[in-house]
Amino acid sequence: MQPGLNNLLSRYGECMMWLARYMERIENLARLLEVTESFVRGPDGQPGWDTILQIHSDEDCFYARHQTVTEQDVIAFYVTEKENPNSIKAMAHSVRENARAVRPLISTEMWMQLNVFTRWVLDLQPADIRMNSLSGLCNRLKQECQTHFGITEGTLYRDQAWLFYLLGKHLERSDQITRLIDIRYHTLLPGHETVGSEIDITQWASILRSAAAYHAFRRLQPVMTTPANVVGFLLKNDAFPRSLTTSLRLLDSTLSTLAGHGSLRRLCAPIQERVAELRVTLADQTVDDIIIRGLHEYMQWIQTQISKVQQETALAFWPVTPHCGTASGQAQQ
Amino acid sequence: MNDTPLHAPVQAAGIFAAYDVPDFFCELMNRKDGIPPALQDVKNRLAHFTLADLRHRTTAAEAQLYRLGITFTVYSDREAIDRVLPFDVIPRVITATEWDHIERGVQQRVQAINLFLHDIYHDRAILRDGIIPADLVLNNPNYCEAMVGLNVPGGVYVHINGTDLIRDQNGRFLILEDNARTPSGVSYVIENRHMMLRLMPDLAAGLPLRSVDEYGLKLHQSLCEVSPEGVLDPQVVLLSPGIYNSAYFEHVFLAREMGVPLVEGKDLVVENHRVFMRTVAGLRPVHAIYRRLNDEFLDPLAFNPDSMLGVPGLVEAYRRGNVTIANALGTGVADDKAVYAYMPRIIRYYLDEDPILDSVDTHICAEPDGLAYTLANMDKLVIKPVGESGGYGLLIGPHATQDELDEFRRRLKENPGNYISQPVVNLSVSPTLCPNGVEARHVDLRPFALTGRSTWVLPGGLSRVALRKGSLVVNSSQGGGSKDTWVLAS
Repeated sequence: MQPGLNNLLSRYGECMMWLARYMERIENLARLLEVTESFVRGPDGQPGWDTILQIHSDEDCFYARHQTVTEQDVIAFYVTEKENPNSIKAMAHSVRENARAVRPLISTEMWMQLNVFTRWVLDLQPADIRMNSLSGLCNRLKQECQTHFGITEGTLYRDQAWLFYLLGKHLERSDQITRLIDIRYHTLLPGHETVGSEIDITQWASILRSAAAYHAFRRLQPVMTTPANVVGFLLKNDAFPRSLTTSLRLLDSTLSTLAGHGSLRRLCAPIQERVAELRVTLADQTVDDIIIRGLHEYMQWIQTQISKVQQETALAFWPVTPHCGTASGQAQQ
Repeated sequence: MNDTPLHAPVQAAGIFAAYDVPDFFCELMNRKDGIPPALQDVKNRLAHFTLADLRHRTTAAEAQLYRLGITFTVYSDREAIDRVLPFDVIPRVITATEWDHIERGVQQRVQAINLFLHDIYHDRAILRDGIIPADLVLNNPNYCEAMVGLNVPGGVYVHINGTDLIRDQNGRFLILEDNARTPSGVSYVIENRHMMLRLMPDLAAGLPLRSVDEYGLKLHQSLCEVSPEGVLDPQVVLLSPGIYNSAYFEHVFLAREMGVPLVEGKDLVVENHRVFMRTVAGLRPVHAIYRRLNDEFLDPLAFNPDSMLGVPGLVEAYRRGNVTIANALGTGVADDKAVYAYMPRIIRYYLDEDPILDSVDTHICAEPDGLAYTLANMDKLVIKPVGESGGYGLLIGPHATQDELDEFRRRLKENPGNYISQPVVNLSVSPTLCPNGVEARHVDLRPFALTGRSTWVLPGGLSRVALRKGSLVVNSSQGGGSKDTWVLAS
């Protein structure tokens, strides 16, 4: 890449980042809905629909619109209710707006698929989701997202737009995986004393399935499914594409590439520092250390750091008031 | 099926077997003086298609346009609906001789318009010489005080011009109106061609068609040519009102074809009377702006203070010569429907030449004679409000009911200065795929001309077709579609 040749509009950078974040989020939510229906069970043996609400901290928003947690209501809340900003429909709307904004930049193939995909989602009605077809719907959603990621990988020109897209994608994955671990771990192991006691393997496997990690985990851990093994895999496995360590590593390398664009080095520095710190704290602790010191606190801390990375990125690259001193066009030195 | 009143022998009538063009000039089938061999060739190829095949290809075309998002947005009741401009798979063909005439005529017109605009914002010689009423120019709502005395690079005001042409029943090309502000539709010209070549490769194979692919390059080149002096590698941008604009697709298309950023007002800032865009690396200078925003929205400091679309300080930066805006401000005087009536005289005045392309006879209702004539002949005339575009608010006398005529007469008397009238021109027709088969539908033509150091006309243009039987209104907002326009190289 030739630094300086391509000075991306700030608005484009922002839209690329959010395009990736929303597509990643839709894929995650679709997977979570599907796994919840099939595998996640509460203490009464019924699907644990309330855990989805907890993962997304959506309880208030949900109860403002619904009386009780029923399968039908939770699915409607997360698929077709546009008033819920975390619903697939609302996110598809955001995807569409961002995609329209960067349409001059993205490949025709990317646009065409996003155009058809988002229009399909926006036209979904509650009646389209019969309860027994949720899994079919989720599969199509996942596939559309994966198609998008594939087309993007294969056709998007590798300039700064691509780097902001990658930032969004890896940041979102880091966020999603920590939320999933945090909530599911504590709903399955509410008290410290239960660690090491008899566990429901199906439930722990469902966490892995929610992250598309089940079979990879099996290959690595054919015998022992312990809570620590599951958490360790999702946090620290270098080879698993959705693990926290992988996402942070890719976030770091994306920032390094961006910093290589001459004038952007200074802007990237504080963000790189924060990501480096995240990686060090993760590498320096074993999963047992993390659990003993407090998994919940650690997950919360990581999420705060992730949200700071987002804020600092915004501040650096799409500030409300543009940087002073660069107006003379000398920012390239 | 009936025999057809064709003037040339038909070898394979096929889809044209029932084609009937009573009194009109037909672009393909009824050219009065016989059909040139090149057209006969196209016609014979077309005749081999079946109706079912054409319908199949039309469906495929429109589905593809929809997927590609080659759409315009219609807003109704809080809902935004993306519509495909209906696409007719039967092309409209223009011969090399006809095109030569159009091209020269459009170039002449653009040259005269630019000279006229320079004059009315400087010496106003044409007003002093009484060629056109000063009142019509200086009190025109589109006359822009900010342009007075300003020298624009190369004397070019109208960098992008769209000229609406029609043909009368003798096949004579007539200029119906000029679009010298922000003419739209060029993206369809190019996308229609691509669509045509994908869907009907068999129809175009081996024919000497003029290419339309150069438009983006030529546009960029023209804008670079009129950038502020001393800028070696000018940064051009396309300024759009944003993703909610109904023509957003075209803005995307043009930005992409030129390889320049598509910006919105909020992406630009003016500092020290220079224009910059906000990039991830900070502010970067901008030298030329192809704006797809009307004058009044460009700069809240200069015009509409409520506009959120524009860039504060842009007009002052422009006045200081730090940025080129295309088209210039205040060009709307030149494409005003009342000024149109004077265009033949304007051409003679500045160029000392006869107009190469004729205009439609126009009666100016602001003038007593024009008003009297119009009132006496309402049922035979087309009466147009001078300020509207998109075919809104006009009256087609011969098609109007008595009530409509009475109502319009009242409006006309109330505010005669707002109207002009013209005889009804029997627009030419072109064979078009319709629900009942291939039928004659009226068409117009909008060629696009780009002006930097010289004027270049895109070979072809947008052929719009009125899909309703008998209708003369080709606007997309009112039931119009479009066709690919083929200019033959020989």
